[in-house]
Amino acid sequence: MLLARIAGTVVATRKDPRLEGKKLLICQLVNTKGEDEKGYIIAVDTVDAGYREKVLIVQGSSARMAYGCKDIPVDAAIVGIVDHVEREA
Amino acid sequence: MYLGKVVGNVVCSIQDEALRGIRLMLVERVHGGGVVVALDAVGSGPGEMVYVCRGKEASFAFKGREVPTEATIVAIVDDVQRVGEFS
Repeated sequence: MLLARIAGTVVATRKDPRLEGKKLLICQLVNTKGEDEKGYIIAVDTVDAGYREKVLIVQGSSARMAYGCKDIPVDAAIVGIVDHVEREA
Repeated sequence: MYLGKVVGNVVCSIQDEALRGIRLMLVERVHGGGVVVALDAVGSGPGEMVYVCRGKEASFAFKGREVPTEATIVAIVDDVQRVGEFS
């Protein structure tokens, strides 16, 4: 599972019908300090995350276990909004 | 599965209902690689060496529940024995 920050949205008119009503967000990967890392992921939002919020992303087939994502074609879902990260020095 | 060291944790108050009550730990791979967030199924703590199960199978650690995870701590390592060096 990865930490990321919401960097934007994706709009698609023509898409799999099962994705209708799902919010697709561009997520910039970040490290534990909150600094940007290389790469981004498009993920389905299940927790109503907002712009620049730090979030927790689940990838792979497990993303389909997120709320409302059963049997829909997703491989990345936002499953949490991060309050804080504690890391040992 | 791979060996990792618990280096911290993540707190989310807004999260998937299925994640409620499960601790989110930061795990650093022992032999290179970055830090990932993994669910804790065994009650591990900072500084401990653990092994992490990846992929869909990670959710099998929470039997009977559909937990959205692709990385779960499934054991706390007591000892590792290996002939020669890790490559």
